[in-house]
Amino acid sequence: MTMRAPASDLPIIFVEAGILVGELTILEKISLLIGPGTPTVLIGPNGSGKTTLLRAAMGMIPVTRGRVTWGGREASPPTRRAILLQRPVMLRRSAAGNVRYALGAAGVPRAEHEQRTADLLALVGLEGLQRRPARRLSGGEQQRLALARALARDPAVLFLDEPTASLDPYATKAIEDVVRVITARGVKVVMSTHDLGQAKRIGGEIVLLHRGRLVETGQATEFFANPSTQEAKKFIAGELLV
Amino acid sequence: MPGNVSALHLVLTGDPALYAIVRLSLIVSLSAVLFAALIGVPLGALIALTRFRGREVVIVVLNALMGLPPVVVGLAVFLSLSRSGPLGPWGLLFTPQAMVIAQTILVAPIIAALTRQTIEDLWVEYQDELAAMNVGPARRVMTLIWDARFSLVTALLAGFGRAAAEVGAIIIVGGNIDGFTRTMTTAIALETSKGDLPLAIGLGMVLIFIIILINALAWGARRAGERYAG
Amino acid sequence: MLSRRNLIAAVAFVAAVCGAHLTFAQDKSIVVASTTSTQDSGLFEYLLPLYKQKTGVTVKVIAQGTGQALDTGRRGDADVVFVHAKSAELKFLAEGHGVKRYPVMYNDFVLIGPKSDPAGIKGMKDVGKAFRTIKDKQASFISRGDRSGTNIAELQLWKNSGIDIDKDRGPWYKSIGQGMGAALNTAGAINAYVLSDRGTWINFKNKGDLQILVEGDKRMFNQYGVVLVNPEKHPNVKKDLGQQFIDYLISPEGQNDIANYKINGEQLFYPNANDAGA
Repeated sequence: MTMRAPASDLPIIFVEAGILVGELTILEKISLLIGPGTPTVLIGPNGSGKTTLLRAAMGMIPVTRGRVTWGGREASPPTRRAILLQRPVMLRRSAAGNVRYALGAAGVPRAEHEQRTADLLALVGLEGLQRRPARRLSGGEQQRLALARALARDPAVLFLDEPTASLDPYATKAIEDVVRVITARGVKVVMSTHDLGQAKRIGGEIVLLHRGRLVETGQATEFFANPSTQEAKKFIAGELLV
Repeated sequence: MPGNVSALHLVLTGDPALYAIVRLSLIVSLSAVLFAALIGVPLGALIALTRFRGREVVIVVLNALMGLPPVVVGLAVFLSLSRSGPLGPWGLLFTPQAMVIAQTILVAPIIAALTRQTIEDLWVEYQDELAAMNVGPARRVMTLIWDARFSLVTALLAGFGRAAAEVGAIIIVGGNIDGFTRTMTTAIALETSKGDLPLAIGLGMVLIFIIILINALAWGARRAGERYAG
Repeated sequence: MLSRRNLIAAVAFVAAVCGAHLTFAQDKSIVVASTTSTQDSGLFEYLLPLYKQKTGVTVKVIAQGTGQALDTGRRGDADVVFVHAKSAELKFLAEGHGVKRYPVMYNDFVLIGPKSDPAGIKGMKDVGKAFRTIKDKQASFISRGDRSGTNIAELQLWKNSGIDIDKDRGPWYKSIGQGMGAALNTAGAINAYVLSDRGTWINFKNKGDLQILVEGDKRMFNQYGVVLVNPEKHPNVKKDLGQQFIDYLISPEGQNDIANYKINGEQLFYPNANDAGA
């Protein structure tokens, strides 16, 4: 990985941030600091606002209340941030073509494309599938390819929206392994998950969302051993939070 | 000998008059598709990707223009290009160029409308990802057009079909001049009016065969392209 | 995708298409507005290559009805008009659109009908009587209805027969607004009568059950004239090349070429440029 640009996006700080869409409140009074280091994992029931929070942290949607800052700046171009969307769409190209496209979009010079593409595909374990049309890859392979695409941007912060939701354990492990590798290289990972086991494996910091509000945060071991709030206790115990 | 056989005979012996007619038909129709694409693809993409007041009306009108009556277009172009018309000084009436102009007008709405639909559908799919990759508007358009290229080729073929089959516009603006503006369709019209129906039918079959051939070549190109898609 | 290689290929392709169009440019040529009957007779396919060989000038013929052809001349879209309706040609001159009218050749009209001859006019010597009979029997009749020379002649014949065709027409009289070939096709398809010029008839390949039923009446005489479009009104007219073509048509050489045009040994047109009153 290359040297990071001097102006870092971290910490990403939400200050009393809220997002309304029409009459609907998706996020409310979010005050959160996402700092460098181990991965931050968002957990919470469906509709709790995890996806929206990730997108807001990425800078794809503006907050309607409060504010978000990146490294102290109110606006920051997303050159060193990347996001892997919940249902990634494969471009109608080969696997390598998808990665090359992401490299081009990120402004990487053409001369470097071939080497970088090979490296990225190797990182996510798709070496043999360079020329396979991306749409013909399996679910797990597509997810890994989308991850490679996101990493093509050489991000300092990587957002992952439920990256293993529909994958079998083998594919899930592959993704988690990559997360570990890049975290070791200094990339900050912010991901949401449905799988409490995954949260335990990956986190870092755990952030519990419920109905658009931030319920509780904490270091993974502390959080799961001694949750403070009622909702956290119920959620960890496997009850439905309504 | 009867017309159908004589038409076949002309083909097999490489009759220069027949080949000149076929060559002119292809040049006129393919040129029209080319210019119509240069106009229609960007226009269709633009409408697909921008939001503006009256957009729905524009889309309805564009779709309706796919059904422009060729003979009406021919008449309008004829009056424009006539020496006593606004574009008279260009001296384009009764030339192959006039035929290309008329057919471009006929084909451009088809290509634009089909491009709009194709690009809009693909945009719905790609929107989020392209936003996530922070792709700017110019690159967005090019990506959509490139990734949709096979569907766009189908749109071009639809346009070519329309151009190759029509006679109403080109016979008015071209004048069906022997050796200059006589194409397959206008030749068929002429032979019909001269009563040589078997020859007219024979020419018709040659025309249909050529259209099938063009479509087969496009299909082959598409398959080859898909195999190397990357 | 936007590689330089692709861009060069695209530009080369567009250039090739435009280049193909350049092959359509020619040097010496004129546009002659003439009639579908003359074209359908095949005269031009015979005469124009001869002319080109002698002079190197390409004659581009637009074949329409006489009315349309004269309108093309009025708009300045042709250099020469070559039609067969003297009254319309004189009107054209009177309006100042033409320089001078020269008679060129004549043929005649023939009254065509089905072998079954429902009106019973076969062999009549008086075309007026034949027309009256058709009207009285309400036999199907096809009119070109397109202001062509043939159409004008047909209307004249109705008038000569003492019939006001606008008043006396009925469903039996079908005005189709198309050329001679289309009129003959229609007549053959529905067993109707139709007035045709002999040239088109001889060259017509779909005769079916149709045959000549009435011919030879002096009123069925069909005169062709040629006029140079007035360059004073339409400066783009190629007056030298146009006049050269006219001079050829009325010259002994041209007149001879016209007389030599035959189908199955039958002469279609009779040159009469030296007939001042034609």
